[in-house]
Amino acid sequence: MITLIIGLGVLLLLGILYLIFRLTSLVSLAKDTSRDEDEEEVTSGNSVNAFLFLVFMVVGLGLFFWYSFTHFDSYSPPVASEHGAWTDTLFWITMGVTVVAFTIISIVMFVFTYKFQYRKGRKAKFYPDNHHLELAWTIIPAIVLAVLIFTGLRAWNRITSPASEQAEVIEIIGQQFAWSVRYPGVTDGKLGKYDFRKIDGINEFGLDLSDKNSFDDFKALELHLPKGKEVLLMIRAKDVLHSVYLPHFRVKMDAVPGMPTQFKFIPTKTTEEMRKELGDPNFNYELACAEICGRGHFSMRLPVVVEEVADYEAWKAKQQPWLKLNPDYLSKVPVELRETAIIKAGIPAESVMELPAAATTTMGSH
Amino acid sequence: MATTDIHAAQHVHSHDEHGHDEHHAGNFWTKYIFSEDHKVIAKQYLITGMLWALLGGILSVIFRLQLGFPDMDVSWLRPVLGGWITEDGKLDPEFYLALVTMHGTIMVFFVLTAGLSGTFSNFLIPLQIGARDMASGFMNMLSYWFFFASSVVMFSSLFLSTGPAAGGWTIYPPLSALPQAIQGSGLGMTLWLIAMALFIVSTLLGGINYITTVINLRTRGMSFSRLPLTIWAFFFTAIIGLLSFPVLFAAALLLIFDRSFGTSFYLSDIYIGGEALPNVGGSPILFQHLFWFLGHPEVYIVLLPALGITSEIIATNSRKPIFGYKAMVGSMLFIAILSFVVWAHHMFVTGMNPFLGSIFMLLTLIIAVPSAVKIFNYVTTLWQGNIRFTPAMLFSIGMVSFFLTGGITGIFLGNSAIDIQLHDTYFVVAHFHLVMGSASFFGMLAGIYHWFPKMFGRMMDRRLGYIHFWVTFVGVYLVFFPMHYIGIAGFPRRYYSFTNFDAFSGFSDLNQLVSIAAILTLSAQFIFLFNFVYSIFRGRLAPPNPWKSNTLEWTTPRFPQHGNWPGEIPAVYRWPYDYSKPGAKEDYIPQHIPYSETPESNLPHENELIKLETDQASGHVQEGHRPAH
Ligand code: HEM
Ligand SMILES: [Cu+2]
Ligand SMILES: [Cu+2]
Repeated sequence: MITLIIGLGVLLLLGILYLIFRLTSLVSLAKDTSRDEDEEEVTSGNSVNAFLFLVFMVVGLGLFFWYSFTHFDSYSPPVASEHGAWTDTLFWITMGVTVVAFTIISIVMFVFTYKFQYRKGRKAKFYPDNHHLELAWTIIPAIVLAVLIFTGLRAWNRITSPASEQAEVIEIIGQQFAWSVRYPGVTDGKLGKYDFRKIDGINEFGLDLSDKNSFDDFKALELHLPKGKEVLLMIRAKDVLHSVYLPHFRVKMDAVPGMPTQFKFIPTKTTEEMRKELGDPNFNYELACAEICGRGHFSMRLPVVVEEVADYEAWKAKQQPWLKLNPDYLSKVPVELRETAIIKAGIPAESVMELPAAATTTMGSH
Repeated sequence: MATTDIHAAQHVHSHDEHGHDEHHAGNFWTKYIFSEDHKVIAKQYLITGMLWALLGGILSVIFRLQLGFPDMDVSWLRPVLGGWITEDGKLDPEFYLALVTMHGTIMVFFVLTAGLSGTFSNFLIPLQIGARDMASGFMNMLSYWFFFASSVVMFSSLFLSTGPAAGGWTIYPPLSALPQAIQGSGLGMTLWLIAMALFIVSTLLGGINYITTVINLRTRGMSFSRLPLTIWAFFFTAIIGLLSFPVLFAAALLLIFDRSFGTSFYLSDIYIGGEALPNVGGSPILFQHLFWFLGHPEVYIVLLPALGITSEIIATNSRKPIFGYKAMVGSMLFIAILSFVVWAHHMFVTGMNPFLGSIFMLLTLIIAVPSAVKIFNYVTTLWQGNIRFTPAMLFSIGMVSFFLTGGITGIFLGNSAIDIQLHDTYFVVAHFHLVMGSASFFGMLAGIYHWFPKMFGRMMDRRLGYIHFWVTFVGVYLVFFPMHYIGIAGFPRRYYSFTNFDAFSGFSDLNQLVSIAAILTLSAQFIFLFNFVYSIFRGRLAPPNPWKSNTLEWTTPRFPQHGNWPGEIPAVYRWPYDYSKPGAKEDYIPQHIPYSETPESNLPHENELIKLETDQASGHVQEGHRPAH
């Protein structure tokens, strides 16, 4: 049905166009086209086009300013990180500078096209160059750009400088088509080593259980962040490129297989505060993927929660270490570290009972 | 042909158009298919490019339907797309990515590199510098046929059951290296790589020819400082291509090794499909460096010809010399050089060393200066002109407007701190579609309208040209301007749908507007196609110099044969921009008119050149080369 309507519409349109065309070519046939009229051929319709450019300029700039002001809130996402405030400021400064330049140049250009449209008998001005002018408009943009570069560089250097020792380290791993999050456990506060060859159906992080820092690491289904504290995201990917994108925090960093990356930032508003600010009780921070990674690229969402530091610590304390949830993997822990592992992961005695058997087999293979 | 011409103009020059078809030596095959005539090759490029543009446009409208109307039932596309429409009448998400990928590849390489440079470098270089043909007609022919072979391979990849390449036009590995990761990385990607390898060969063959021809085959008096800006632009473009395409070739070759021969140039530490791959030590970032070493210059390969073409058209139709000829050449040269040292601005957030990011930010923002100079010079050329709005002129002004609008957003993206948020969002899509896509497209359309009379000996219809321009100009702005807002709001690109995120749930109104405008814009191109085809056969016969232009191509007969000029090649005595010269009778003085014939308008230093002209005329300088036949 729709096909039919669209098809008919297209046919109709083509028909009308053809008619207009025949009509105008018949009209031009009726005119005598002697040599002199070539000039007219070329220039008739001139005033209409010149006028349309002027109309375009006025309406276009009008719409641009109208929409930009009236819909400001819908296209400028709220910001919730410290450096996000800086980059937003830079963005809007750049916007100010460029919009002024854009508006002036647009107006000048379209006014010129209108004002200097063809008039019979007028001669254009022979004006091949003017070095002063050219020098001026080389130097002025250069100065403006230098200022933008300088401020941009300062922000960039601060954003990419090394994280402090106290930063809260969290690991994010991209894979088709989900994110996993690993926190260093509360006992040692350090992420354990990993190796992509150790990944399997259950050991999704590829935890290297010969490193004692891995015993208390835990997995989270949401990314929890403390407000006001520096967070250092350690980012990696298992299969193809992904990109950690936290729109409200102005954070973006690719996840690259074989090359861990990182990004540090300071969240400045809790989820609750943001809900109040926006008047939207359902608001949630989100993590998206910003690098094409396959058919599910558009659905790689991870919920993000920002809390006050105390709440955050409480939440962390409640989480179960990965090893505790998967006690079978104790068998991968070297015997001499097993005691530590059991304590650090807080594995209850019942689940350890069965272990010695498993342990001897692995021992044998060592 | 004349008998079928209904236009009254036919009687005016009917005496010299007879037998323009019959005189040629050779048969149909050597004349139209395996021709070595640069003009025929140019038309072959043009028509192939137009077909590709149509396909690229249709692909974009299909995925725009998905973005604008995510709930729409598109079962009616099933007859064409078959299994790529899911049970419930939706576009398959993987096929969405394939469409985006093919759209990008087609537009950037097949339309705006081959279709634009291939057409106009081929057509205009010999005609405007006064040469009988390209330095090597044979290589030129090969260049087209490599492009044709490449087109066939790329086109056939659309019909694979696993679909064409789908990892984005930038084909970043590992996605593009692993068929497990996405179906398109199977045979589709293999064909993509083969097609691009052929394409690169074609570009290099063409480029070597353009460069050699410009350097060696200029007619008497055509010094570099008298070259039209078109030629300068094509010259720089060819050099950039020659230096950058081989790097893409290398990148593609290494990718082929990784895909088929078990090497690990780009692969490391991968666990996919339930197994860890043996590859270690490679770097996906290496590919990105290699790709963008071509990729960024490619932007200028696409843009410079459009800048050259529009400079020429704006000067001609303003009836004024281009303002700041030397600055225009200088800024093109500067842009060409800088284009090789800014590539990593596409990689600020890939994990590249942040210090490198600073360097590339610096270099990137520097490139804005020559671009700004070009805009100012365009605008000043309009000032105090006597502007004729031919369709070509309309499209040229449109191109300046896009270059301005799209160029300005580059200042945001080149700033690495700001790019953190904007990278891979619709802001980028808006930026590059305006500054490279639409600007170059308009340059190409302007070129077609302007040189159609020389290509086909007939005029295109003006009024249809106006309609085409206005619908397209407004349409393009309606398509791409709203994308800035969507991008500032943070919407990521290459997303099949935005329904999964609260943060990206708005703007369904703007997305609909964009999609409707895209359909409208695409439809308007059929007006152009009709005008083009109709005018080839039934357009008004072209006067010898319809736009009263100064360049040499207008001194050839209406239907130039292979060899271009029936007699001797005209010599050149002046630069191409003597429009509205004070004292001159007409408002233009073509390049082949000696100063000795224009004492009334000569500037003092030009009078001194008159003496040299007699030397030149007596043939101290070599005669232009003649074709073998
Ligand atoms: C009818 C006109 C066009 C429309 C409606 C259109 C629309 C789009 C849209 C919406 C995207 C982004 C899709 C996504 O990220 O999911 C896109 C991608 C792209 N377009 Fe266009 N476009 C048009 C013409 C052009 C032209 C003339 C060029 C030439 C440079 C071009 C080059 C590209 C490239 C390189 C991409 C990126 C592909 C990728 O992400 O791999 N497009 N187009
Ligand atoms: Cu993704
Ligand atoms: Cu670039």
